[in-house]
Amino acid sequence: MVDEKQFLQNFADQFDDEPEGLSLETLFRDIDGWSSIVALSIMAMCAEEYDVILSANEMENANRVSDIYNIVNERIEQ
Amino acid sequence: MYNPYSLEGKTILITGAASGIGKATSIESSKLGAKIVAVDLNGEGLEKLMPQLEGDGHLQFTGNLCDEEFLKNLGEESPALDGVFLCAGVSDTTPVKFITEEKLKRVFDVNLTAPILMLKQLLVKKKINKGGSLVWMSSYGAEKVEPGLGIYAASKSAVNGIMRAYAKELVSRKIRSNSIMPMMIRTELLSTLNSISDKDLEKQEAMYPLGFGSPLDVAYAAIYLFSDASRWITGTQIRMDGGSNL
Repeated sequence: MVDEKQFLQNFADQFDDEPEGLSLETLFRDIDGWSSIVALSIMAMCAEEYDVILSANEMENANRVSDIYNIVNERIEQ
Repeated sequence: MYNPYSLEGKTILITGAASGIGKATSIESSKLGAKIVAVDLNGEGLEKLMPQLEGDGHLQFTGNLCDEEFLKNLGEESPALDGVFLCAGVSDTTPVKFITEEKLKRVFDVNLTAPILMLKQLLVKKKINKGGSLVWMSSYGAEKVEPGLGIYAASKSAVNGIMRAYAKELVSRKIRSNSIMPMMIRTELLSTLNSISDKDLEKQEAMYPLGFGSPLDVAYAAIYLFSDASRWITGTQIRMDGGSNL
């Protein structure tokens, strides 16, 4: 199981201005500063920190932070 | 029949011949009379390619272009060549903050170092005929970079740079050197690339008045550069963008 607090920090780190109060429930596309570069950075973070390769389609279909968190957890358990 | 684009009597080595642009170029070049020396890491793919080539006398070499021994053997065993298509390549979608030495090395090894070292072997062993044509696979990404494509863009910019060095140094033997810089081409590489969503691809294609390119479109450009019709062209980068920069 991925450490939730650490995951949220890693997620927040990908924004130029770190969003406040990020939780698994946050709709991350609504965060100021969201961009395609942040999306690529989150994919790269998942690969670097968790060795989990997200596809662009998975990224495209995700809306809440938990969508990404759950994929990472599932892949790690496999 | 009069055809200045004929490849009759020419022998052309093509790397990355088992799939995508390399495969399309191998097949089309054979239809225009060329003998193909097909090179790829994917031996199974090469086996499937060979029966699709028209005419006979074609050769295949399976191996890793990043392996010096393989390159030496290729230099020894290759017949004399009238054209070389440096087509094998890899992509990468790492944002700059995540670039590592390993990622840089992987892309530069395949896209830049391998073609240079292969050409060295072929040139030292005098396997490239006078009047031959070197065609480098670059990318329009070398000029217009998208997020995440930094390493790829850098490798393809380097390809354009060294391409001109070959043009300059080999012109005395009338060997020409040019690169092709396509924008988005529908290849197996693209369809397996995890980093572009289907929705993004649709959005991007809408920006191309002529649609995305196909491997065949690039094959025709390479064939032009192999043919005697392009005998006055060297050191050039051919941009292929489907009208997306109009």
